[in-house]
Amino acid sequence: MDWTGRDVISIRDFSKEDIEFVLSTAERLERELKEKGHLEYAKGKILATLFFEPSTRTRLSFESAMHRLGGSVIGFAEASTSSVKKGESLRDTIKTVEQYSDVIVIRHPKEGAARLAAEVAEVPVINAGDGSNQHPTQTLLDLYTIKKEFSKIDGLKIGLLGDLKYGRTVHSLAEALAFYDVELYLISPEMLRMPKHIVEELKERGVKVYETSDLEAVIGELDVLYVTRIQRERFPDEQEYLKVKGSYQVNCKVLEKAKEELRVMHPLPRVDEIHPEVDKTKHAIYFRQVFNGVPVRMALLGLVLGVI
Amino acid sequence: MTELKVSAIREGTVIDHIPAGKGLKVIEILKLGRLSNGGAVLLAINVPSKKLGRKDIVKVEGKFLSEEEVNKIALVAPTATVNIIRDYKVVEKFKVEIPDIIEGILRCANPNCITHYEYVTTKFYVISREPLKVRCHYCERTMEEEEILANL
Repeated sequence: MDWTGRDVISIRDFSKEDIEFVLSTAERLERELKEKGHLEYAKGKILATLFFEPSTRTRLSFESAMHRLGGSVIGFAEASTSSVKKGESLRDTIKTVEQYSDVIVIRHPKEGAARLAAEVAEVPVINAGDGSNQHPTQTLLDLYTIKKEFSKIDGLKIGLLGDLKYGRTVHSLAEALAFYDVELYLISPEMLRMPKHIVEELKERGVKVYETSDLEAVIGELDVLYVTRIQRERFPDEQEYLKVKGSYQVNCKVLEKAKEELRVMHPLPRVDEIHPEVDKTKHAIYFRQVFNGVPVRMALLGLVLGVI
Repeated sequence: MTELKVSAIREGTVIDHIPAGKGLKVIEILKLGRLSNGGAVLLAINVPSKKLGRKDIVKVEGKFLSEEEVNKIALVAPTATVNIIRDYKVVEKFKVEIPDIIEGILRCANPNCITHYEYVTTKFYVISREPLKVRCHYCERTMEEEEILANL
């Protein structure tokens, strides 16, 4: 499967075979990295990270992945330090940056910005999150994590908890999970339910979907509980945010009703939706999940650069 | 045969079989209220129709529609037929058809979509014709009929 020059914009652009290919490539690179400590596949290649919106975690994960592949990194961490502040269009920023780099990773507050960047750029573009739309690399690392923990994805009962309305990670993850034989429990306050068109699409694709606001009623069913933060910054109205703030807290008491093998995931950062006491339990895998971002992003960078 | 209560035109376009009540919207989206050639625009509302029960008809003097305009009509009035009139005779007649991809004629209803902030031609994929549902190529948000009509 030749991925050279391919853009990674939306999980919608992927087939199940594509996803499996990325996951197996990540697994191979993780093994090689463990054996050799450092790889040289991307030696001489430059990654540009254009973060028009701050996201330390995703940016560092991409930078770490590029360094571990032997390549180097340029870029900016927020729009205020770039020419955007002078009024430059996204189009012009991309046309400029592609002169300096072999691959571009973009995070942007506007939905569809990554797609536009990919159309403008000659070099491959990877979407590191566009508004509340897509975050495909997060989805791939989430799938990689589930697969590592359970050695499979098919047959699992997966709960998505929290802000299902604005949370792009859960939108992309739900769409990707539709390729697998899973049951999805969508757990959120009424106000933050998964958008209707996504739920309809999941059902059309044959996924068994249950929508509820009661975590405790369903936690005993689940193999995976994917927790998301209620994102203050995505609410158009602060009053609306205050109504749902702190709706859920996953703590040891809540987990008493869970199966032994339940795994709790979170794209991080968290605020108060998972109590720190959960960190020490065998259920918590969110920091392993963070680690998994590196091999998955190494796989994507290496594949689109055509060096692995 | 239906007796039309509006006069025939010598040169121009007759848009027939418009669902009843959508005729004004057709005039609005084609901006026919501001025709630069000074030609007449005739609208018949609630005309009896064998096919539709009731229908609207729009006659436009001295104007022939572009592909983009025909696609716009298809979104508002998918049952419409377009008749090209020359010397009082119908020289061409075709049904409008919603294309698979709609480019340039529709705004995205998502206020945070990049298409509102950058120079870009909008593009939507038709995911369902009945009911009409389209998805923005850029922000991936789906729009249903009401939003589509409001953003033409």
